[in-house]
Amino acid sequence: MSAFTKQTLSHLDWLEAEAIHIMREVAGQCERPVLLFSGGKDSICMLRIAEKAFRPGKFPFPLMHIDTGHNYREVVDFRDRRAAELGERLIVRSVEDSMKRGTVVLKSADESRNKHQAVTLLEAIAEFEFDCCIGGARRDEEKARAKERVMSFRDEFGQWDPKNQRPELWSLYNARVHKGENIRAFPISNWTEMDVWQYIEREQLELPSIYFAHQRPVVMRGGAIMPVNVTLASGEVLNQPKAGEEIIDLQVRFRTVGDIPCTAPVPSDADTVEKIVVETASTTITERGATRLDDQTSEASMEQRKKEGYF
Amino acid sequence: MSAHENITDNGLLRFMTCGSVDDGKSTLIGRLLYDTKTILVDTLSAIEKTSKKRGMEAVDLSLLTDGLQAEREQGITIDVAYRYFSTGTRKYIIADAPGHEQYTRNMVTAASTANLAIILIDARKSVLTQTRRHSYLAHLVGIPHIVVAVNKMDLIDHDQARFDAIVAEYKAFVEKMGLFSDGRALRFIPMSALKGDNIVDKSDVMDWYQGPTLLELLETVPGSHAERPEAFRFPVQFVCRPQDSANPELHDYRGFQGRIESGSVKVGDLLTALPGGRESRVKAVQIGGVDIAEGITEQSVTILLEDEIDISRGDMLVKAGEVPEQKKEIEAMLCWLSETPLSPARTYLIRHTTRTTKAKLTGVAFKVDVNSQEHVDATQLAMNDIARVGFKLAQPVFADAYTANRATGAFIVIDESNNNTVGAGMIL
Repeated sequence: MSAFTKQTLSHLDWLEAEAIHIMREVAGQCERPVLLFSGGKDSICMLRIAEKAFRPGKFPFPLMHIDTGHNYREVVDFRDRRAAELGERLIVRSVEDSMKRGTVVLKSADESRNKHQAVTLLEAIAEFEFDCCIGGARRDEEKARAKERVMSFRDEFGQWDPKNQRPELWSLYNARVHKGENIRAFPISNWTEMDVWQYIEREQLELPSIYFAHQRPVVMRGGAIMPVNVTLASGEVLNQPKAGEEIIDLQVRFRTVGDIPCTAPVPSDADTVEKIVVETASTTITERGATRLDDQTSEASMEQRKKEGYF
Repeated sequence: MSAHENITDNGLLRFMTCGSVDDGKSTLIGRLLYDTKTILVDTLSAIEKTSKKRGMEAVDLSLLTDGLQAEREQGITIDVAYRYFSTGTRKYIIADAPGHEQYTRNMVTAASTANLAIILIDARKSVLTQTRRHSYLAHLVGIPHIVVAVNKMDLIDHDQARFDAIVAEYKAFVEKMGLFSDGRALRFIPMSALKGDNIVDKSDVMDWYQGPTLLELLETVPGSHAERPEAFRFPVQFVCRPQDSANPELHDYRGFQGRIESGSVKVGDLLTALPGGRESRVKAVQIGGVDIAEGITEQSVTILLEDEIDISRGDMLVKAGEVPEQKKEIEAMLCWLSETPLSPARTYLIRHTTRTTKAKLTGVAFKVDVNSQEHVDATQLAMNDIARVGFKLAQPVFADAYTANRATGAFIVIDESNNNTVGAGMIL
């Protein structure tokens, strides 16, 4: 009897193959899908996965970014450049346009616009009649995400109902919807922050510069590091220091990049992907715990936002 | 040069835990995450706060698996949660399913992707009805590796004789029911999740147990598809035809994209396209337009053939000489997942691999009592019922028996009125 030895995939190869499979299921099952691309690290991985899934063909979906208007210039520039390099269509829809239409009303001018992206996203879904949005959310980010399906059903109002999710068995994904409803598909559901960084390292993916250690004026606010005097492409200056706050020059990097008023960097001297992988392996704080101020307001805030149509 | 090149990558293992909070299931998962240093300081301090608020002295590791607000309000777990940890050599995905009878559908869901099941037994209570149910479901859904975790050994003074008695009782039960008789590995570990005995670290109070700790076992269990040769199965998901490309070399490009569900494929292999049965040799195997030497199981690839054959989504490529049956009628074990009962009068959709077809029930042979495994007469199925049924299909599927191939033996049933997934089937 001859011994059976079989090659098995490394964990990154397995995760990549699963993500490719999910993207192809979206392409095969949905009529008008779109891939959400923010210029952040997770969505950068998603573009590489899409290349591996569909090249030498074009992507069977456009890219879309819901821009709060309060994103770091480095990230917005990267977003536009990467889409152009790939030769894929990029749609940008802005929370500021929703504000002009009166569908987004801020409580105060300096309020984080992060949660308001849900409104703009739903408007864009209606405008283009998208039946599926592919996103880079991961189950390890947050406990409401831990229970979300790879293909997550949203009703006409974009709502997620955690108590009434479609069972998802084997790798038989069900992306069927009626008109007006849609699916949120998450190809990297099973990835952790570490997997993302290892993948970026292996694939030598380029990232916006603010992911790497750099000097930046900050203040300490509510236990977090808050970047101050951030100049936008429009010339507008965000996050002005409050009276009495002491500005310090700190070496930091971002673990996640989002709406400027609610995204905090961490102190770091990791200026290469390799160093970030090492730092991620030894970190003691979760990604969102360290950096997403909007998740800390209540124990269930992500769950709440998702029920309202957020990613 | 990667910081991690020196560590061997032993791939990924998906496993599930079966048990209730009373068996210490959440504590076991909490312990695995805690002892592998997956839990970070801010998470720990959050559960410390909650533990204190609830009047507990020690940190309650079971809070780590606490989920949604909706669940906390009702004090129950309503859904499968997925959790992750890594040892540096292997990555793990835990499917954590609630254990109650009314959640059979969640257990089946969690089991469908698991390569190993941990069945928890409370050492004070031995084999219970729920143990029988969990074991039957793990058997039915074809999980290759079973670990019976005899937990709470600290509460029976780490007594070897009582552990041995539980092992004997469990073995007698599975033998009588004919479970795991197909050579599946069955292992027993005495442990205390609360104290951390034999989870990650070897217990120093149970010298009589010479076997591996739970984590040692998880580290060495073979991954899925790694134990026996399997036939090549390639359901086509998508066809790549970049005709509008500016590159004239691509004008005739026709790539069949999918995931290799089992077996492997390389250039020169003779393939059969189903349906139709036309044969052609493999011209190239690619990922992202780049040639690779061989495509292996679970890899997502693009296959190019030497001849022009009309193939589309829902078709399947197999190796000539290893062709699966084309079936227009299937017999299957079906788990009903919906609150709306299965109706013999209605037409459903069945999705098998990448193929979707209309289907009608031809009959229910019997229902299985999941607690006793007895067969019961039935004409209709309610949520959480498991039954042997027959379906008539509008288009044929290319199927293997589920026991031979989980990917080509499984299907889901979809209700077209609301597009819900209402049934999970395993072809006999």
